[in-house]
Amino acid sequence: MRTLRLEIWVGLGVILALSVVSLGVGVIKLSWEQAFSDPEALRVLIVIRLPRTLAVLITGAVLAMAGIILQAIVRNRFVEPMTTGTGQGAALGILLATILIPTAPLILRMGLAATTALAASLGFLAIVRRLPVTQPLLVPLVGLIYGALLGAVSVFFAYQFDLQQSIAIWTTGEFSGVLKGRYELLWLAALAGGLVYLIADQLAIIGMGQTMATGLGVNYWQIMAAGLLVISLVTALTVVTVGMIPFVGLVVPNIISRRYGDNLRQTLPLVALTGAGLVLISDILGRILRFPFEIPVGSVFGVIGAVFFLMILYSRSRSAY
Amino acid sequence: MPTKLLAGLSLAFALICVAYMTVDAKAGWDFILPFRGTKLLALVVVGVAVSTATVLFQTISGNQILTPSIMGFDALYVLILTGSVYALGGLVVADLAPIKTFLITGSMMVVVSLLLFGSLLLDNRQDLFRMILTGVILATLFRSLTSFLQRIVDPNEFAFIQVASYARFNDLSIDTLAIAAPLTALAVVSAWSMRFRLDVLMLGRNISIGLGENPHRGYLVTLLLVAVLVSVSTALVGPVAFLGLLVVSLARFVLPSPYHSHLLPVAALISAITLVGGQLLMERVFRLVTPLSVVIDLVGGLVFLTLILKSLRR
Amino acid sequence: MITASNITHQHNGKPVLKDVSVQIPGGGITALVGPNGAGKSTLLSLIARLQPLQSGQVLVNGLDVQTTPARNMARTLAILPQTTEVTPRLTVAELVGFGRYPHHRGRPGPQDVAKVDEAIETFDLTDFRDRPLDSLSGGQRQRAFVAMVFAQDTEYVLLDEPLNNLDIAASRSLMQTLQGLTRDHGRTVVIVLHDINYACAYADTMITLTDGRLGPCGTPGDIVSDAMMQQVFRTDARILRVGDRVLVEA
Repeated sequence: MRTLRLEIWVGLGVILALSVVSLGVGVIKLSWEQAFSDPEALRVLIVIRLPRTLAVLITGAVLAMAGIILQAIVRNRFVEPMTTGTGQGAALGILLATILIPTAPLILRMGLAATTALAASLGFLAIVRRLPVTQPLLVPLVGLIYGALLGAVSVFFAYQFDLQQSIAIWTTGEFSGVLKGRYELLWLAALAGGLVYLIADQLAIIGMGQTMATGLGVNYWQIMAAGLLVISLVTALTVVTVGMIPFVGLVVPNIISRRYGDNLRQTLPLVALTGAGLVLISDILGRILRFPFEIPVGSVFGVIGAVFFLMILYSRSRSAY
Repeated sequence: MPTKLLAGLSLAFALICVAYMTVDAKAGWDFILPFRGTKLLALVVVGVAVSTATVLFQTISGNQILTPSIMGFDALYVLILTGSVYALGGLVVADLAPIKTFLITGSMMVVVSLLLFGSLLLDNRQDLFRMILTGVILATLFRSLTSFLQRIVDPNEFAFIQVASYARFNDLSIDTLAIAAPLTALAVVSAWSMRFRLDVLMLGRNISIGLGENPHRGYLVTLLLVAVLVSVSTALVGPVAFLGLLVVSLARFVLPSPYHSHLLPVAALISAITLVGGQLLMERVFRLVTPLSVVIDLVGGLVFLTLILKSLRR
Repeated sequence: MITASNITHQHNGKPVLKDVSVQIPGGGITALVGPNGAGKSTLLSLIARLQPLQSGQVLVNGLDVQTTPARNMARTLAILPQTTEVTPRLTVAELVGFGRYPHHRGRPGPQDVAKVDEAIETFDLTDFRDRPLDSLSGGQRQRAFVAMVFAQDTEYVLLDEPLNNLDIAASRSLMQTLQGLTRDHGRTVVIVLHDINYACAYADTMITLTDGRLGPCGTPGDIVSDAMMQQVFRTDARILRVGDRVLVEA
């Protein structure tokens, strides 16, 4: 088996280059000389640009990984946490936290969001288990409606408690609010993503089904629970910090697994890098398309992602899904 | 003909209309009559347009869990509206008479949906679930494009479009009612006049050819009616995600009949009752802040999931 | 009489039928047989105008299927497509009722009601009259569809592999009913069959197709032979003759 070392190095290089661009794009003009001579410019770089770039990279990477984990668990290539209920569950949780325990520390409110995200994912799995395996496209369809339903629950409470503004913030992925001191929770998501690498083989095996997993001596339920925990945590952290970004978890794993297969230990790093890179590109595009205004990264990726999804939907039609 | 059921529903509808006009009426009649009367008419027009569009769409797609909203029709209308604001400038659009705006966007809607959904529906090798998924993704694409365009347009023009992007039964755009009501009536009459053909089209492409119908022509005419009806309802109240599914499923539950001569009026009555009655309850009885559309989405979404899970158990 | 002349047809660029010209006599059962992918169903669906002709011409009793108004055609020729489409949510009586649509266009008269009752009786469906289709067994459902086509009251009845998914009892019963249609009601039945033994047992005329070309045509007793099995189906099945019946070795 060939390792993907070259691809990973290339990916890292591209990300580095994009990061440099990202650091340079913004309302305040910066040049490299200034960054070293002008303390104000340095402050902009450290307080605004660097945190934003890091937040984008982490978000892209973990969302892509969450997507491939959910796809292994559900055994369906057309699902991802942000559109099948987990993201909407997290938004509902943070909304409830804002209503019920507004004064609690952020970590506690975040905990509630992660819990509801987990409950929402379990609900989705419970429904999926009852769907026939012969209809693979039914799974994402039901997931989208399930997600929309949970979203409507949030909107209902948001209206009752006059929190429509907040709901809009959590459901639209946007990085313009990221500052030093306001995104650090994302590092927790990065850590969770890193830990997933340790169970990459087991995840790949449960992607082959429960019987196969048991036969190969993998504790199916334990790995599934670990996977779901990571998905819920990562989703809750991103929804609360930057908002929902749909399609990252769907598009990236599909690109990678079409080209490099499903050996997660090999492909996970590449999935993370591609996710980080694509979201960073979308964020940079969102910043420069209508300079000095910003287009939320969620909208940019929504357009790119939907077009890409349709492409895989139709190019796969001749082979099995 | 289920005369009793229709009579009962009509009676219920009449009572609810009277209640809507009279409950909590503090001002003088010369104010209430035109004010509430127009809103009532608008609600009824939307109700009938949505239920009819849903029945028609379910017939040509051969599926009872699909609605034009789920397939992205109303998202497309909002995108077209946003697109025209972007292309022409919001001030130009705002200056146009609402009727002119509606005629422009409505006819674009008809052309685009015939091209897009026509090719989806007429491809007879199309896998059903792939078609649905395509529609759902198209809906997401339209919404993303809309929010994309919203950010690109001038902030002053933004407010104009934002109003169009959410369902709002409290704040109907009644200025388009003068054209929306007759158009809906026309579309509903056309649908009624082809009720027997629709019965046959529902049996699928090959059987309807065998019975002497031209399914292609039938599908295209029906799709045209759907596009008109969705344009009307979206222009009046904005996108209504699960209303159609909710009321048509209810109608099929109340009256399990395969004939459009039964289904169309029953669904229309149930839809109008739901909207007028729901609005009455939300606005004047419970005094909820939450818009009716959100509650309808909640209930409708639940109905959808239940329907899918139930249909699989059989 | 159905006359198909010079039919050439392609699907996604692949030729399915190559210059097929054939005449199907009025009366009796005509079976279209041949290996998978020979073009049987395509030929039937072209005759039944389910697909537009790419070249050639099909005349049914002198009516050109391409140009005759759909409604007139539906009173001359009925088609039962392969049951790949979803079962409609109808009762048996409602489904059979749709067979009268070409005659009344939505407003059934007393004569139409009588025809529907007759069809339900002929096909032994009286007990299932008001049962929904999806509650019936495969054989009963197939009978209900054939009853619909019967109620259409056309001279020609075309069926595309109606025996799919039916067990031997249901298959034999359906073939016997079709035989009854031709003998007692003077209908002409054209049927695509997968199993050549059913064709040998019930068909009056057999039309064979291989790779989109016409093979031997005639009565089963005349044309079925070792050589024909080799030529059409590319298999060395032996032929057994029992009295005037022909059996093909499985």
